[in-house]
Amino acid sequence: MESTGIIPRLEVSYPDDVLHSYQYCGQDVVLTRKKHILDICSFIRDQCAMNHLMFLCAVDNSRRKEAIGKNEYERFEVVYQFYSMTTKHSIRIRAQVPDDDCSIESITSLWPGADCLERECFDLMGIHFSSHPDLRRILMPEDWKGHPLRKEYPLRGIGEWAGYETLKEKSLELRTFDYRSSQKGNE
Amino acid sequence: MQILILLIQIAILVAVVLLHVAYATYFERKIIGHMQVRMGPMLVGWHGLLQPIADGIKSFFKEDIIPDQADKSLFLAAPIICLAAMMVSLSVLPFAKGWALADINVGLLFIFAMSSLASYGIILAGWASNSKYTLLGGIRSMAQVISYEIAIGLSLVGVMMLSGTLNLSQIVEAQGNSFFGMFIISQPVAFFVFFIAMLAETNRVPFDLPEAETELVSGYITEYSGMRYAMFFMAEYIGMFVMASIGVVCFLGGWYGPFAVPLFPPIWFILKVYFIMFLFIWIRATLPRYRYDQLMAIGWKLLIPLSLGNIFITGLAMTLAQ
Amino acid sequence: MSRKISFNCPVQAGDEDRYRIQMGPQHPATHGVLRVDLDLDGEIIRKCNPHVGYLHRGFEKLAEHRTYVQNLVLTDRLDYMAAMANNVGYCEAVEKLLAIEVPQRSRYLRTMVCEMARLASHLLWLATHALDIGAMTVFLYCFREREELLEIFAELCGSRLTNTYTRLGGVRQDVTHSIMMKLEKFVDSFPSNLEEYETLIDTNRIWLKRTIDVGTVGADEAVGLCLTGASLRGSGVDYDIRKHFPYAAYDFMDFEVPLGETGDTYARYRCRIEEMLQSNSILRQCIERMPPGPIIGDDAPDLIMPNKPGRKVEVDVPAQQSLIKLVEDRETFMEGDVYVATEVPKGELGFYFVSDGNGTPYRMHIRSPSFLHISALKTMAKGSMLADLIAIIGTLDVVLGECDR
Repeated sequence: MESTGIIPRLEVSYPDDVLHSYQYCGQDVVLTRKKHILDICSFIRDQCAMNHLMFLCAVDNSRRKEAIGKNEYERFEVVYQFYSMTTKHSIRIRAQVPDDDCSIESITSLWPGADCLERECFDLMGIHFSSHPDLRRILMPEDWKGHPLRKEYPLRGIGEWAGYETLKEKSLELRTFDYRSSQKGNE
Repeated sequence: MQILILLIQIAILVAVVLLHVAYATYFERKIIGHMQVRMGPMLVGWHGLLQPIADGIKSFFKEDIIPDQADKSLFLAAPIICLAAMMVSLSVLPFAKGWALADINVGLLFIFAMSSLASYGIILAGWASNSKYTLLGGIRSMAQVISYEIAIGLSLVGVMMLSGTLNLSQIVEAQGNSFFGMFIISQPVAFFVFFIAMLAETNRVPFDLPEAETELVSGYITEYSGMRYAMFFMAEYIGMFVMASIGVVCFLGGWYGPFAVPLFPPIWFILKVYFIMFLFIWIRATLPRYRYDQLMAIGWKLLIPLSLGNIFITGLAMTLAQ
Repeated sequence: MSRKISFNCPVQAGDEDRYRIQMGPQHPATHGVLRVDLDLDGEIIRKCNPHVGYLHRGFEKLAEHRTYVQNLVLTDRLDYMAAMANNVGYCEAVEKLLAIEVPQRSRYLRTMVCEMARLASHLLWLATHALDIGAMTVFLYCFREREELLEIFAELCGSRLTNTYTRLGGVRQDVTHSIMMKLEKFVDSFPSNLEEYETLIDTNRIWLKRTIDVGTVGADEAVGLCLTGASLRGSGVDYDIRKHFPYAAYDFMDFEVPLGETGDTYARYRCRIEEMLQSNSILRQCIERMPPGPIIGDDAPDLIMPNKPGRKVEVDVPAQQSLIKLVEDRETFMEGDVYVATEVPKGELGFYFVSDGNGTPYRMHIRSPSFLHISALKTMAKGSMLADLIAIIGTLDVVLGECDR
């Protein structure tokens, strides 16, 4: 896909927020700060006619080779991919989110469909989306501890989930259940 | 002595009807199976002929699970109410001339009373199970039975007017032994209303909302198991049988046929009942299910006005004929 | 045993007259393990809150610890109704990242299996959608058709559901003459069979009553809700990735994208039916124009499968090490990120890869259409009746394996 001219416009409109832009495999990517992400997204939607939010996800940069030792990268980033169904242009925004202030503005006001995607980011990566209407865990159980997609989280997890332990106890208890003795107890 | 004979007759009727119910399920499974490009039951017996008996034995020996939170006495009573009410209504059906256990003068009303009573069983089952799905099923069934009871009652008023009696045998006699005497010829609208309301009354597709599997899991029978579940099943099939019989008696000329069969007089009656049962099954294999509000709309906005108009026209025609 | 368990849920203030139902996770109409938390007022849904995650297997985490080739088998388990389409989607994404050329024949083969998967998936959707609404017979008719496709899959790659047919740089096995004959027979008979279902469904007043004006979504609203696939096109939005970002051999295919107008359940139903006919015509084109040639590229990091003449299988080397080594050797392999979307039967399935120069992806995000469709359920079901919810779940065509990943 040829260059779309959106990146220069973004750079002009938000000079303080755009950190860096590049093209990889023909896809336009912009690195931004997180501060005005809602404005940038609404700019992209309204000014550039990019009406389709293709995906939204979070990436943990802590072990990423290209990010290590570079100022513009923070610990996390939230990646947005937008696409315009009319002009057939697409652009990817990588908003940097630091570890100490792990929150970013929600774009559910622009795309109601982002609701679930943001909840997923919160669930698996632990990024808070401010002004999200209903930020709860979505894929993991509600009382899960930790955020599995962070790099320091081990693949096999940390211990069993509390709910599973109670279930296991229950099943062991039921295994010892004796129908006859319970009938006697009733009589 | 008379009582003994009556008891023997009752025993024979119950046995025959239960066997019939068992094989009605087989009949349904086979027909639907063939309509759906599959075989239906094939393993138990020749072409699965023993399948209903195997099913009966299975459900008889299954554990009867009663939910912890259920209202126990009502939970236990509900299927019995349902089944008993349906079986009692068998007693007034005239299978052939003189072949009725109780040839009472209010036969038609008696059957309506009993089928209303059976719906109590369904409502109580829904309520006593203390589960949300069963309650929804019970509520649906209640609304459905109330609406369609009116329609089915009104649709038969025309038949009552023409025959001048509520006695089922006399209704058949009133139609006489000719094709054009059948009330379906003179009362086609009433038969149409009756047929649709009959499907709703017996909770069959496309009005099977009280037990809509994809919405309410199994509706009012969700919490039942074993023999009690089978009782509901039997009640449903006896209900189908009774409703089909009413249709045959009131519209299709009862036991009369093109020619009399000497040894076994009810043959025409049974064939006609089977024909209506086949329609039940055919519809089940074809149609999707109505939505609750659409069902109510059909009952109140279409069937009841139609049957009221039918009564008016019948009355007018009778007055003019005099 | 006099154990008393309390099932009472705490009732919030103002909600006393609401009837709260948990539909699922074990419910006949939730297509897997979806739980929908419903607040009912009579039969009207006041609030609908879908809960997912019962089938979460952590594919995104798992993928970070497995090589690109190994991750391929994970994609089978996403949308297990159309595993072929997922395989193709994954391979297209990785090939873009690794800049692998795919030979022409294998691109055609991919298109072919993609469309077969689309037909199989849509047939299953039609079956379950009809069953949800109460038409039982269509269910079995559709399964009869689907069975033929699955038989072809089994002959093609030895598996009916979890195919793993594609490889990075090509496909696993070439088609045989008998497969092509079977497929041709299927393609010939399919349109008339589809017509048969339509007579059962489409002219049925009850079906029309149950689907028209149910779960209506406007075009802008549908885009805002991130709906894709036929669920979006039912609202009249012309967005099909096969046209917008052509992959495999869709460039050379001649097909139309059917669009709905009203955005209700019936429009989506019509869209999918038309789509099946289009798929059928694509299949016919694939059969007619299938070019000769190799099925896997020369530079493909294909490893254990002995389909490439000249490459020896190193039995003594543990498979995983050799996989990593081969991928690491690639000159074109570098750091970067790439997002590639493909049109699977359910909608837009996208893979976002962040590559770190290792043999394993640094981060793999799967954009699954079902996940977003389920989130749209909340908006779509509000104010409709309980029976409509079933129709809406059916029409969104969700697969929970893909939704929960």
